[in-house]
Amino acid sequence: MTTILIRGGHLVDPSIGVDEKRDLLLRDDRVAAVDLPAKLDALAKKERATIVDARGMTVAPGLIDMHVHLREPGQGYKETIATGTRAAAAGGFTSVCAMPNTLPVNDSPEITRWMQSPERDAVVRVFPIAAATRGSMGEALTEYGALKAAGAVAFSDDGKPILQDAIMYESLAAASRVGLPVIQHAEDTRLTQNASMNAGVLSFRLGLRGMPAEAESGIVERDIELLSRLGKSSGHLHVAHLSTAKALDAVRRAKRSGLHVTCEVAPHHFALTEQAIGDYDTHAKMSPPLRSSEDRAALIEGLLDGTVDAIATDHAPHAIHEKEQEFERAPNGITGLETALGISLLVLHRQHRMPLTRLLALLSSGPAKVLQLKHRGSLSVGSFADVVVFRVAEQWKFLMSDSKSKSKNTPFDGWTLPGRVLLTISEGRIVHDARAVSSKR
Amino acid sequence: MPARTKPAARQRAAPQNSQAIDFPTKVHPGSALSVTHFTLEDVSEILAQASRLETMPVLRRAQLLAKRRVALLFYESSTRTRTSFELAAKSLGADTVLVSALSSSIEKGESLKDTGITLRALGAECIILRHPNSGAPYLLAHTTGLPILNAGDGTHEHPSQALLDLRTILSRLFPAKQRNSVTARALHGLTITIAGDILHSRVARSNALLLPRLGARVIFCGPEALLPSTAAEIGHGVLIERNFEDALKQSDVVMMLRIQKERLAGLHLDLEDYIQRYQLDASRLSAYAPKALVLHPGPMIRGLEITSEVADGPNSAVAEQVHHGTAIRMALLFRALQTKPTQSKKKSRKR
Repeated sequence: MTTILIRGGHLVDPSIGVDEKRDLLLRDDRVAAVDLPAKLDALAKKERATIVDARGMTVAPGLIDMHVHLREPGQGYKETIATGTRAAAAGGFTSVCAMPNTLPVNDSPEITRWMQSPERDAVVRVFPIAAATRGSMGEALTEYGALKAAGAVAFSDDGKPILQDAIMYESLAAASRVGLPVIQHAEDTRLTQNASMNAGVLSFRLGLRGMPAEAESGIVERDIELLSRLGKSSGHLHVAHLSTAKALDAVRRAKRSGLHVTCEVAPHHFALTEQAIGDYDTHAKMSPPLRSSEDRAALIEGLLDGTVDAIATDHAPHAIHEKEQEFERAPNGITGLETALGISLLVLHRQHRMPLTRLLALLSSGPAKVLQLKHRGSLSVGSFADVVVFRVAEQWKFLMSDSKSKSKNTPFDGWTLPGRVLLTISEGRIVHDARAVSSKR
Repeated sequence: MPARTKPAARQRAAPQNSQAIDFPTKVHPGSALSVTHFTLEDVSEILAQASRLETMPVLRRAQLLAKRRVALLFYESSTRTRTSFELAAKSLGADTVLVSALSSSIEKGESLKDTGITLRALGAECIILRHPNSGAPYLLAHTTGLPILNAGDGTHEHPSQALLDLRTILSRLFPAKQRNSVTARALHGLTITIAGDILHSRVARSNALLLPRLGARVIFCGPEALLPSTAAEIGHGVLIERNFEDALKQSDVVMMLRIQKERLAGLHLDLEDYIQRYQLDASRLSAYAPKALVLHPGPMIRGLEITSEVADGPNSAVAEQVHHGTAIRMALLFRALQTKPTQSKKKSRKR
C-alpha cells in the first residue's frame, strides 16, 4: 500500500465545486480523503505517506486530453505510446484519448486492446477511440459493441470526415445503442481539395488554396440534422477541434434545442490566427487550419460562455523531415500536450479572465463528462488518484528541445507561459516531477 | 495587411513571445523572395543597377561576377525566365548550372532541402528557384542560407517579373531621368489593369503588391472563378472591376494574363464566354483604351486572352518586357552576390 499526502495546497476541483485550501490523501490508485489543512496529518503519519509540500501551489484533477495522436501502431518514428504519454505527463495530463488513424487503422478490438497493453509502457491512462468505419473509409461501420467491450470510449474517423449521410446516421444510431458518442472531424473534403490553410485574403496573398469556414460548418449542421432525426433522447454527437464561429453557432443552437451535441476546441485555435503562418511556417499548418481573428474571438467567447465542453490538443506529432517541406506538401498537425495548460492559462485565464475552476473544468471534468469516464476528472473520494500540481503564477519557457514527445513540431517553441506543471500523479504513481527545476525552490 | 514585412520579422501571434523557427538560418539579405521585402530604396537601386549594367561595356561587365557559381533550379518549365536569368548570369561572367526536376535526383524523391544543400556543397553561391509550391523559396532560403532568387513559386509571387514590368512601364511612359529611381508617388495617377486568371497568377500578386506602393492604382479584372472578391484586400490601391470595358476605360496600362489550365484543378470555365468578355482584341483596345500600354508576362495564348493584332500591335510592349527582364535579373544577381550575409546562426534568432 502506497499513500501520498498532498499538503498545504490550494485545491481546485471543478467537479465538486471546491476552490479552497485542502489536503489530499491518495491511497494506491484512488483518492482516499480530502480535508481541511493539516486534518489528514495524523492519518498520513500512520500510513507513512509520502508528503508532497504543495504550499503556494494549485492542486487539481489530472488533466484529460480527449484528442491525441499517439501514432502507434505503425508510425513509431513520429511518436510511441510510451513517448506520447510521457509528454502527456509533463503537460499535467493523466488520461489521453488516442485517435484511430494509426497504421493499420484502429478499427478492431485487437488493436484497441493492443494499445492498452502494459507492454506499450504508457505512464498515463490511454483510452482508445476506435474507428467509426472500417479502415476509416467511411463505407461500412465497425463493430461498436465489441470495440466498446475492448475499451473504446468513442468512435471517430478523425482526420477523415464521415461524408455519406446514410453512414453518418447509422454511425450515430449504432453508437447510441452502445451509449458512446461519435466524434466527427467536420470537414467537407469536397470543398478543401489541395487546400492547406484558411480561405481568405491571406490565402490569396500567399497563393495557397484555402479551406472555407463552410467546409466545417456545413458538416456540423448536417450532423446535427442527422442527430435530430434520431430523436432527442438518444444519440451523442461530439465535434472535434471546432475552429469556426459558424460551426460554433450551429453547436450553440443545437444545445439550446436540447440535442446532445458537444464540442472541443484546441489551444492553437484560440491562441493563434492564420497570421502565424508568416513566411510559410509549417508549424502553423494543421487541419482544421488556423482561422481568422474573428473566428478566434468567437471560440474564446464559446469557451467563456460554456458552449465549448472541452479543451483538447489534437496532439499530432510529425518527424522533422516531414515538416521541413514545402508548405503544401508538409503534413497537418502540431504537438500540444506539453503546452496546453500553459497556453490555456495565458490566453483564457490571464488575457480573458476565465476563472481557474472553469479553465480546469474544460481540461478535466468537461472531457470526462463528454466521454463518461468514470472516476476521472475529479478528486472526490473514490476517484482515481489522478492529480496535477502546478503554480499558476510561475512563468516558464517552453523549449521544444526539452519536449518529451518524439516529435518537435510546435509553433510555441520559446514561448513564456504561466503555470509550470510541478507534479503529475497518475493512478497514485508520480509520473512527472519538475519540483527540482522550479525557480521557486 | 502589412505591405512590407522583412523575412526575418515574422508576424507574431502574441507580442511577448517569439515564433517558433527551427530552421538553421535566416533568409540571406541578397534574396528576392517577395516584392514586399524590397524597400523603395531597394527598388530604386535595382532599377539604377539594371541601367548601369545594361550600358556597361560587355567585357567589363563580364568581370563583375567572374567565375561565381549560380544554380538555376527549375521544378517547372520555363522559356523566358530561365533563359533570361541564365543570360543575365553569364553576361556578368558567372558560371551557371541548370537543374530541372526531370532528369535529376528530384525525380528519385530528393527533397528541396537536400537538393539545395547539394547545390551549395557543389559551390553554388546563389540559387534561382522556380517551383510549383507557393513559398518554396522561403524553405530553400532558410535551409541553405544562400541568396535565393524567386523565379516564380506556385501561385504566390514572381518578383523579378514585377520589377521588369515596372521598368517597362517607366521606360515607355516616363522621361529618361525618372526611370532609375522611384518614390511613393512615382506612378501617381497611373491605372494598371491586370486582367484574366488572377487567382493563379504569381505575376498579378507581385505587381499588385509592388505598383500601388509607387502610387499606382491597380485594377483586377476577371470572372469570379478566377478572381475571388477578397483579392482586392491584398493591399491598398487595389480594386476589382468585373467589366473589362469599364476597366479598360480607366487604364494607362493593361496587363493580360494567360489562363493557367494546369492549375485549374477541377474548375470549369466556359472559354467561349471568357473570350467574349475578357479577350483583348483590336476593337476593344481601340474603343476603350487606344493609348494604353499592353503587357503580357507570357506565355501568350493568342486567340484566347489576346489576339495577334494586339500582341503584335503598336501598343504592345511584350517583347520589351523580355528585354528589360535581362537587365533586371543582372541587377538582382549582382545584388545577391554582392550582399554580405548577416550573422545568422540559430541562437541569435531566439529570445
